[in-house]
Amino acid sequence: MRRPLPPRRRGPTIDGVYRLVLASAAGVVFLIVALIAVEVAHGAMPSIRTLGFGFLTQTQWDPVADHYGALPYLYGTLVSSLLALIIAVPLGLGSAVFLAELAKGKVAATISFVMELLAAIPSIVYGIWGFFVLAPFLRTVLEPWLISNFGYLPLFRGTPFGIGMLNAGIVLAIMIVPTIVSISREVLLAIPRTLREGSLALGATRAEAIGITLDAAKPGILGSVVLALGRALGETMAVTMVIGNTNRISASLLDPSATMASVIANEFTEATGALYLSALIQIALVLFAVTIVVNALARSLVWLTTGGRRDIAAAT
Amino acid sequence: MTPAGTMAAPAWVDRTPRSVQLWRATLNKIVLGACILAAGLVVLPLVLIVGYLIANGFAGLNLAFFTHMPKPVGEAGGGMANAIVGTLLVVGVAAAMALPLGIAAGVYLAEYGRGRFASLVRYTTDVLSGVPSIVVGVVAYGLVVIPMGRFSGFAGSVALTILMLPPIIRATEEMVRLVPQSYRQAALALGAPRWKTTQQIVLPAARAGIVTASMLAVARAAGETAPLLFTALGNRFWSLSMDQPIATLPVFIYDYARAPYTDWNRQAWTGALVLVLLVTLISLVLRLTVRRVRDR
Repeated sequence: MRRPLPPRRRGPTIDGVYRLVLASAAGVVFLIVALIAVEVAHGAMPSIRTLGFGFLTQTQWDPVADHYGALPYLYGTLVSSLLALIIAVPLGLGSAVFLAELAKGKVAATISFVMELLAAIPSIVYGIWGFFVLAPFLRTVLEPWLISNFGYLPLFRGTPFGIGMLNAGIVLAIMIVPTIVSISREVLLAIPRTLREGSLALGATRAEAIGITLDAAKPGILGSVVLALGRALGETMAVTMVIGNTNRISASLLDPSATMASVIANEFTEATGALYLSALIQIALVLFAVTIVVNALARSLVWLTTGGRRDIAAAT
Repeated sequence: MTPAGTMAAPAWVDRTPRSVQLWRATLNKIVLGACILAAGLVVLPLVLIVGYLIANGFAGLNLAFFTHMPKPVGEAGGGMANAIVGTLLVVGVAAAMALPLGIAAGVYLAEYGRGRFASLVRYTTDVLSGVPSIVVGVVAYGLVVIPMGRFSGFAGSVALTILMLPPIIRATEEMVRLVPQSYRQAALALGAPRWKTTQQIVLPAARAGIVTASMLAVARAAGETAPLLFTALGNRFWSLSMDQPIATLPVFIYDYARAPYTDWNRQAWTGALVLVLLVTLISLVLRLTVRRVRDR
């Protein structure tokens, strides 16, 4: 005789409660992001109401007259990040190719370890190094050389200060290279070996085979670059220490400048007026929005090439 | 028709002119050389940074640096005892908040994470990891400092908690997913309920990985400066109360590096060396202990 199964228990089970607890922890993460958006938007409201769109197009930042235009900071953020990319992308891509296609064993392991260490150094340490080591070098060696040899370009006109856009670009480049290297390398390794072997079998040189692999990996590599850009845009301490924090737009890379992140770091605790504080929070809002767009773009690019391997896109 | 006495070359013979072949071979060497050069150049900054860090910071590294309070301007000596303890305190409180929350969220994503809600959480975790730390500082200022009416160590902990969460969640999800499905099946087949399976079978199996990755996230957060500037603020005196401004190592380094006194600048270098040692040491020690636990 078959005994009937015991009746199913009604009401909350331990399993249900357990799951609910875990789910609410996950929900908190969602809540935090929502809270960040609401908090920043709310704090920026007075500034948005008073200054409107002019905030993003005007160049005057005058706390005494209570008038705020953030264009110089937008410009500084954009140019310092682009400069960093110009330096970091060729180096990072070359190293990624070296790691994925050429290096074996100990050499590859050492370079990967160095990348991990570089990524783990706190940004304030990069700042100190840029301020006390790189700046004197730029002031006495590189910048005078650039001025005397390329001074006819508006990019290299002016006085060698040591601190300024060039210094910020170099320090940022060092900081974002690990992102480009580690993700591009994973992307390259995810490209099927058969593509490489096929091109070599057809008589391609190694460089040509690498070119074909790179072509297939293009979206993923672009993704790693965009992700690095996202890091550069939001980087604060190192840039604050080496960019000079001067509110002006100058074509010359040798001149001091300021970024969105650096102006917040510098002036937030000193902001006395309500509108002043709100203007700084509005800069944070712009920075928040820009980094969200940039990161979403980067992750979908990496995701496309690696077939949804989330761990790679996450490996920053 | 080919004339008598000559033979048509077979189709597979390489008919590319010699000059093109030479060019391809040269280009090959140039490209490979450039890649090797790039890899060499990328290692250089670490050597330079660590080298200068030791050269400038090592001389000031003595017991007094860890046990003495900062001296006023002009007086030689002194240490950063309050900042070191402050950093441990602020980071400790942040970790106490972030670890349970992050690990629970990660376990949820790995064990129950198939629905739309889980995808949403995954996406927001990615978004959160991209938010610049200075923005997180601004948010913590609005959420904690303004309602409290003053800067506080706790506000700094809140900011660091937000920064720690994404890497903890990701690592936990990844590590829990790595636990073989057969473990779960065996436990369930023996009659264990799901919560017990997760709690007593899956989590212990994933523990080593979760601990290492989480502690890396904590160590990383210990080096953050920007979110502490206008939350924990800083304090030149000995203070352990989390509802008051508190000294932290990164902010101290920042202030000392900007100051126009060479003695302070020297101490900033030493502080930076200590910070790097702290961050790398935490992860190193953890890796070793975790390995020992796993081997047992």
